[in-house]
Amino acid sequence: MTRAQMLILGVITLGLILVPVLAANNFTIKLFSRLLIFALAASSLNLVLGYGGMVSFGHAAYFGVGGYVVGILTVSGIASPFITWTLAVLLCALLAALIGAISLRTRGVYFIMITLAFAQMLFFVFVSLRQYGGADGLPIRPPDPLRDGRTLYYIILVTLGICLFLLWRIKESRFGRAVQAIKENESRMMALGYPVFRYQLVCFIIGGALAGLAGVLNANLNAFISPNALAWSQSGQFMMMVILGGVGRFWGGALGAVVFILLETWLGSLTIHWQLGVGAALLIIVLFAPGGLVGLVSSANAWLIKRRAAA
Amino acid sequence: MSALLDIQGLFKRFGGLVATNDCALDVRAGELHALIGPNGAGKTTLIGQIAGVIKPDSGRIRLDGVNITYLPPHRRVRMGLARTYQITNVFKKYSVLDNLALGVQARDGHSFRFWRPVRAERHLWDQAAEIAERVGLGVRQDVLAGALAHGEQRQLEVGLALTSRPRLLLLDEPLAGMGADEAGRMVDLIRRLRADLTILLVEHDMDAVFQLADRISVLVYGRIIASGAPEAIRANPDVQTAYLGDEVRA
Amino acid sequence: MTPTLIVAQILNGVQLGLMLFLLAAGLTLIFGIMDMINLAHGSLYMIGAYLTATVTSATGSFFLGVGAAIIGTALIGMALEMSVLRQLYKRDHLSQVLATFGIILIVNEIVRMIWGAQPVLLNAPEVLSGPVEIVPGFRYPAFRLFLIGVGIAVALLLFFIVNRTRVGMWVRAGASNREMAQAMGVRIKLLFTLIFGLGAALCAVAGALLGPILSVQVGMGESILILAFVVIVIGGIGSIKGALIGALLVGIVDTAGRALLPLILRDLLGRDAATNIGGALASVLIYLLMALVLFWKPEGLFPARS
Ligand SMILES: Nc1ncnc2c1ncn2[C@@H]1O[C@H](COP(=O)(O)OP(=O)(O)OP(=O)(O)O)[C@@H](O)[C@H]1O
Ligand SMILES: [Mg+2]
Repeated sequence: MTRAQMLILGVITLGLILVPVLAANNFTIKLFSRLLIFALAASSLNLVLGYGGMVSFGHAAYFGVGGYVVGILTVSGIASPFITWTLAVLLCALLAALIGAISLRTRGVYFIMITLAFAQMLFFVFVSLRQYGGADGLPIRPPDPLRDGRTLYYIILVTLGICLFLLWRIKESRFGRAVQAIKENESRMMALGYPVFRYQLVCFIIGGALAGLAGVLNANLNAFISPNALAWSQSGQFMMMVILGGVGRFWGGALGAVVFILLETWLGSLTIHWQLGVGAALLIIVLFAPGGLVGLVSSANAWLIKRRAAA
Repeated sequence: MSALLDIQGLFKRFGGLVATNDCALDVRAGELHALIGPNGAGKTTLIGQIAGVIKPDSGRIRLDGVNITYLPPHRRVRMGLARTYQITNVFKKYSVLDNLALGVQARDGHSFRFWRPVRAERHLWDQAAEIAERVGLGVRQDVLAGALAHGEQRQLEVGLALTSRPRLLLLDEPLAGMGADEAGRMVDLIRRLRADLTILLVEHDMDAVFQLADRISVLVYGRIIASGAPEAIRANPDVQTAYLGDEVRA
Repeated sequence: MTPTLIVAQILNGVQLGLMLFLLAAGLTLIFGIMDMINLAHGSLYMIGAYLTATVTSATGSFFLGVGAAIIGTALIGMALEMSVLRQLYKRDHLSQVLATFGIILIVNEIVRMIWGAQPVLLNAPEVLSGPVEIVPGFRYPAFRLFLIGVGIAVALLLFFIVNRTRVGMWVRAGASNREMAQAMGVRIKLLFTLIFGLGAALCAVAGALLGPILSVQVGMGESILILAFVVIVIGGIGSIKGALIGALLVGIVDTAGRALLPLILRDLLGRDAATNIGGALASVLIYLLMALVLFWKPEGLFPARS
């Protein structure tokens, strides 16, 4: 990272730490909590999709299952976050291992569709679980400390920080480089002696586990979980966030999530036809900014540097 | 001399087309064995089966006495097999050094390491630089592979195969598409490599083949029709009619 | 479970399957030839249904409505292709997904602005409203029978076009070999636009015919779009034959599962639980089917390219 980037990161971090202090009301804190949670979820998909090149259209499955593990355990009387969170993340990792092992047999669009298929199956499973709310969803009563919006916000912030740091290290590690190179040229990686399948699977599992963690936070924040959390439209939304921010760019997931949610919230407050604006924004991004927002920022930056050099 | 690579009764069909037809071939340790044959004879298909990316329908492939017919590609690499591609297949968006470091990393223990930045692993980069030097790309280390000249990309192609420190190197038309200068450099490179490697060389350039090869096998319609010393192959009437034809008679 | 119930369910399945085929055929051609994931295909289906409803209520004739919808939707489809979608052919699948998702949102809002958020009414034509007695003692809704008839007719027409005409020859060449399609040069642009028009027209037929059975509302395109994707993935992308077989499989499995699973489970679980779990299980079935097909044949049943 350059000095300037460190500075920007520092300022943003400081700002995020101060949010609960400066926030006028709970609504703002909740909005920021949401931003951070979706930043984590989108970043986890960016690992799978952006770095690993695996276009998973079922990423919401882990997001939802993570939430349901917390929900079901809590209503069954096991509320300790240490137990519920750990179990949720482990279960999501296991689920990702299972889904990934089968889906990675296929490529391209077939991969997109088979990951979607698994997510849809889980969606309908939760719809049918009448004792856990079925299609209406399940209200959760989070344990005491987590019910305070500010405490939860800080927990979410720290979790996101840790996960992003983890992802940052992974990106530059041997594993991260191998996974990115597989995306670039799979056959050559095979010829170099890499067990390609194993790398992709592990990447898929890490992504699933982190999405599960985001789902856990989300369920706690809303004190509620419903099958909508793992609907295909939610998976699609995660994908939109990543593409919007910049596929395979480190901050792409986080930035995409933040911009997407803010855009949605802002347009939603202006007009009931806000989806028109979101749709147009997506279209414009694709047609005119193929690298996503991060790509846009870095090319603007490059342009500035060039101009300054010329001057 | 014992056979390092030994292929028996290999078959591969693509629909109605028999690309490998009861193919038998042995490559002895230490030799440079050339595989020649007309376009579409099934040379690349055979290389693919040896490397493990194409599954044969039947038959057996042994490396140093071990049956590798059904091993996945990465296991074969670990046993000392490496290949290059007929159509250049490198990481175009990566620098020469990054390309080679990926290869070195693959051999250097496993890569399920999630924490330490690769940049800090000096020995990976040292070895990558060494290989760049060896294939004549020492001064081009930091250039993106996609920006290299065609001949240089072919050199990188060979360099990538060398990163796994193979015992047996499969070269699929390393001279393809090269000008005279580039080809000369590549022939020199291959000559240097053969000092400590066994090589199976697929090549259409007959001058290069007859300069380099200890033995030659001729593949026609998926079947080896002749195998032997260069002079014997040149004199073989079957080979002349099937393949060398005009070139030799002229 | 009586035999007539089973037959009726299978007929329902075939009818849904044929309608899915109308959507899947265009989708698979566009996908196979232009390598383009077009999520907005479902929007065309929705537009077709709305146009039918409007023209039908204005003129009083359902058939006039269908005709107008076919022409209108085809024109809209071609306009969409020429203005936006054309620029996406060379882009990766992700960009295509994002851009066409954007189009879905836009079209949904425009429809909502024009027709409102409430479902609009579209009734089956008077002549086809009653049941008919197919064999003595077995009655089946005339309109659904009509759907099956139209579905078969369109399928035959499509096979004729693809297999017997010059345009069809281009289409087949394009689907099995993209370089060949590119080698056709200038004509390709026109061909692509025509294929889009054709796909859109088929969407309109499906939208018009399913409108009276399902409901005509914003969002109707998305749920059926996913089914259509399941169909083409099961059938193998780019294959019309695959789309037909996939569509029938999905239609029958889905319909039969929905109707029969709760009945089968009733003895085991009791009525309430059976309805509930059976319904969900039935929804799972087609995805299970797709996962199984892809497990054995990772490129679908009839891959157009090998
Ligand atoms: N994946 C495949 N599917 C179908 N046919 C194939 C496939 N790969 C190769 N073939 C066919 O098998 C035959 C052998 O091809 P191969 O590439 O092995 O020939 P080659 O000897 O390497 O030719 P060249 O000298 O042109 O490189 C050719 O007819 C080719 O068209
Ligand atoms: Mg070849």
